[in-house]
Amino acid sequence: MKFSEQWLREWVNPEIDNATLQEQLTMAGLEVDGCVPVAGEFTKVVVGEVLEVNKHPDADKLNVCKVNVGADEPLQIVCGAANVRVGLKVPAALVGAKLPGDFKIKKSKLRGVPSHGMLCSTKELGLEDQADGLMELPSGAPVGRAIEDYLQLNDVSIELDLTPNRGDCLSIAGIAREVAVLNDIELDEPEIKAVKAKIKDTFKVTVKAKQACPHYAGRVIKNINPAAVTPLWMQEKLRRSGHRSLGPLVDVTNYVLLELGQPMHAFDLEKLDSEIIVREADKGEDIELLDGQQIKLKQGSLLIADKSGPVALAGIMGGATTAVSDDTCNIFLESAFFTPLTLAGQARSYGLHTDSSHRFERGVSFELQVQAIELATALLLDIVGGEAGPITEISAAQYLPERKPVKLRLERLSRVLGVRFEAVFVETCLLNLGMDFETTCDGWEVTPPAARFDIEIEEDLIEEIGRIYGYNNIPQTRPASIIQMSAVKEQQVGMDRVRQTLVDRGFFEAITYSFIDPALQQMVDPQSEAIALANPISADMGVMRTNLWAGLLDSLQYNLNRQQNRLCLFECGLKFLRQDNEIKQKLVVAGVLNGDVYPEQWAVTNRKVDFFDTKGHVEALLELTGKNLEFTFKADSHPALHPGQSAAIYSGKTEQNQRHVGWVGALHPELNKKLGLSSATFVFELDADIFEDGSIPAFKSVSKFPAIRRDLAIIVDKNISAQKVMDTINASCSDIVHDLELFDVYEGEGIDSGRKSLGLGLTLQHLSRTLTDAEVSSETENIISALNNKLGATLRD
Amino acid sequence: MQAELDKLVEQAKQAISNVSDAKALDEIRVQYLGKKGEITSRMKQLGSLSAEERPKAGQVINQAKQQVQQALEAKKTELETALLNEKLAGETIDVTLPGRSIPAGGLHPVTRTMQRIEKLFSQMGFSSAVGPEIEDDYHNFEALNIPESHPARAMHDTFYFNDNTVLRTHTSPVQIRVMEKQNPPIRVIAPGRVYRCDSDITHTPMFHQVEGLVVDQKVTFSDLKALLIDFLQHFFECEDLEVRFRPSYFPFTEPSAEADIQCVMCSGEGCRVCSHTGWLEVLGCGMVHPNVFKSVKFDTEKYTGLAFGMGVERLAMLRYGVNDLRLFYENDVRFLKQFK
Repeated sequence: MKFSEQWLREWVNPEIDNATLQEQLTMAGLEVDGCVPVAGEFTKVVVGEVLEVNKHPDADKLNVCKVNVGADEPLQIVCGAANVRVGLKVPAALVGAKLPGDFKIKKSKLRGVPSHGMLCSTKELGLEDQADGLMELPSGAPVGRAIEDYLQLNDVSIELDLTPNRGDCLSIAGIAREVAVLNDIELDEPEIKAVKAKIKDTFKVTVKAKQACPHYAGRVIKNINPAAVTPLWMQEKLRRSGHRSLGPLVDVTNYVLLELGQPMHAFDLEKLDSEIIVREADKGEDIELLDGQQIKLKQGSLLIADKSGPVALAGIMGGATTAVSDDTCNIFLESAFFTPLTLAGQARSYGLHTDSSHRFERGVSFELQVQAIELATALLLDIVGGEAGPITEISAAQYLPERKPVKLRLERLSRVLGVRFEAVFVETCLLNLGMDFETTCDGWEVTPPAARFDIEIEEDLIEEIGRIYGYNNIPQTRPASIIQMSAVKEQQVGMDRVRQTLVDRGFFEAITYSFIDPALQQMVDPQSEAIALANPISADMGVMRTNLWAGLLDSLQYNLNRQQNRLCLFECGLKFLRQDNEIKQKLVVAGVLNGDVYPEQWAVTNRKVDFFDTKGHVEALLELTGKNLEFTFKADSHPALHPGQSAAIYSGKTEQNQRHVGWVGALHPELNKKLGLSSATFVFELDADIFEDGSIPAFKSVSKFPAIRRDLAIIVDKNISAQKVMDTINASCSDIVHDLELFDVYEGEGIDSGRKSLGLGLTLQHLSRTLTDAEVSSETENIISALNNKLGATLRD
Repeated sequence: MQAELDKLVEQAKQAISNVSDAKALDEIRVQYLGKKGEITSRMKQLGSLSAEERPKAGQVINQAKQQVQQALEAKKTELETALLNEKLAGETIDVTLPGRSIPAGGLHPVTRTMQRIEKLFSQMGFSSAVGPEIEDDYHNFEALNIPESHPARAMHDTFYFNDNTVLRTHTSPVQIRVMEKQNPPIRVIAPGRVYRCDSDITHTPMFHQVEGLVVDQKVTFSDLKALLIDFLQHFFECEDLEVRFRPSYFPFTEPSAEADIQCVMCSGEGCRVCSHTGWLEVLGCGMVHPNVFKSVKFDTEKYTGLAFGMGVERLAMLRYGVNDLRLFYENDVRFLKQFK
């Protein structure tokens, strides 16, 4: 809502300056979003009258004018505007004048002809951004008068950013009411007198949709002067409130809309067929709107129609066929109340948003319609003349919004706001806000005015009192509460720890969009069904991610394109899957790695990152749970991963209760190529729920006796996994085997092709005594024979 | 004899001082103190002296021997030290060369900011809660007193999957989910991702909020003020940071307010960041609307509640001076590195 401060001050004029007024409005919940002067800064511009216009001897488009500026002698001014003519009153900048943009007017010669000033357009005075020719002042404008005085330009346009509950402040009257309350002064409400009907003409109105339109007022005005123009004072008020002048008929309805908050519409009476019918749209109807848009109406939309069809989208916009035009002589004025519920979302559903729909959606006072039509009539008769008929009023009181009394308790007021109020303060507030109230044993029964659609419960009134009292005047108190400990689950690792581990290992955390390009989703996870948005912001943000790789790979590309040669990125976030027709939202942590394993440095030999670097990071995360022995990696294939370098990760002690919890692997070389990545990329993803349920440390005795190390070099078939070897040893050894390390893997010279050599380190130790050689030998032999029997392993010579 | 010995000692010392390696030093030892050494041989001559002269002469010889021995020891130590020093000098490295390292990465500034917010509130007894991001209409709107027809829905620019399923437009549905499970007293914050169908220089279609909720028997608007002023002053580590509360409107709180802080860029003088107002809007808050309590069947006479919500990116931008919202989602490591 944009308005002129001067206009507001016609209604209420507190003795405060503009800055204080702005502060007051903002702090009362009517946030001031902007405040700009209504004109540029200028000096020495006066009302001038053009006395003579002569062609410039040497320039086609210039005229040499004699202009009376109230001085003894008329001034000679050269002017290039097309609309300059004898008798015209215009703003004339005198020699020495300063115009906006620090433009100084000096005596000059234009193509050899002396010019003593400049005739101005609205643009040159900073009134409008665009102008077409000179600003034309009314013929009665007093010659020689300073323009800023004549136009009362000592004014500002204030823009309010109103919250949707304050539809009542979408008018000068509404804002004035607030300002009056805040300053505890009276409102100078201009009296609106009823206009007596001069003619008997009426136009038939039938309201079929009574519930949606419980109040409709209309009036015929005939024989208006189509040539009349809007007076300057009205044009200025409209301009300062953000409305362009569009001729007196539209200007007057806009004026009433701004001043009182009642949207109105003027139809060309001659173009209406037989009667006005307020009804719901039928299937298949359409309408051409004022702005030329042709729209298909949705069944049930509220319409103003005549016998031939729709003539307006009720409360939103009028139709083109019955619109007023330059030759309209007879009009039908409409001032109706449409309920907020009827219009809620309607304009938006047609892609429209108008001053009218904005107000009706938020609630227009249902007591305003007749008042508004009287004000509009009086203004119109003044400006365009004509004769008004009687008002046709159709009312269905039972469907008008109810203003139920709302209970307000003094005790509750302090309980919610935390401050004690005097009853007299509360009553003054209520009174000033235009609320009716009755005193009760513990407070009041309050009936809000028709303009207020936001006062339904006690808290609404509490807010009003708090607002008027001033939020900043409410004290600050520490919330009192029972101090109690909350559970701290020790086995919960927590995502902060997971994040920190990766950060400590050199990863940067990325945050990528949860919606991704469907094509990319297909590439990284074709097996999962992605959930599609019905209204994505763009096609490449169309589906919800089914893993986190898409976004991370995107970020990887972004960075590689910016000369980064070593990238470790991770993200924690939800992935979204549709399983058994249900949406599953699963928290995961995922990472991508590409490029060098180390940052460039002198002391290490660099190499490219590989699978085992990646797996090492994953194992570090698994270790956080303290249950790392319960996780297994199994060679497995995934469409996005290298078939020979990918593993599915399982949790669970036994084969039966194993659960798939993630992936680690090299990105499929084909996919890598498609994404334009030059070196191999490695990825992982882990379900975050494994970090919910870690282990709590359980003490085991530390042996005081020496440990004995035995190294075994065994040869097995190449296809036997290290995991299998370790599992076999673990299954066959006794509990004196304290530790088992795989320290070497070798294939090649000296080993049969198809076989590989593994170096295994056994650490044997007894808790309560020193082991004998015999015990150690028998234990290692057991292990060797188990490896031989189960896996065909032999000792390496 | 004394003079003779003195001369010998002097000779020996001279010889020792000229020596530059252990072998030559040993030759000198043998020359003077060896079995047939020049000083040792004097000892043998003691027999030829009278019993009275003998102890005196023995003493003199011993002194000479000791002097030479000391000189030998000193020279030996000197030579060893020199040798060690030489060896160590050869092992000298350039200590200014950088250390071998895999430098740490860093948290995303949004996470860093959320962790900071969580930490501050956890001191006040707040626990953290999470909720789904694909949310149903009921939790995102209905239960928060935003019925279908409500004009506030237009402010939300919702992403839809179908009529009933949306991407949550705020973290407020977590309030409902917490209250459905837990009875008062409640002190909880809910950080997380939210989504709005809006994208321009100051909006990204995904961003982060932290929601807060306190429900108890005596929670007041004055508590809300103190809590949030406390938070903002601690978050910005500025104990006299000015905070103001303006009436505002949210369907799920009544009374509702927006909190502005004195602009941290210009200390309230007025600058481009605060649109020359000196104030920056940083959060929305209010007392829990009775209709919200009704939807979770809390007794509105017994309990009151306060709720607040803040934009994490906005706070991060102000805290770290980031001037473009979109940087948060480009994941440029040159940007991320600045938040190590």
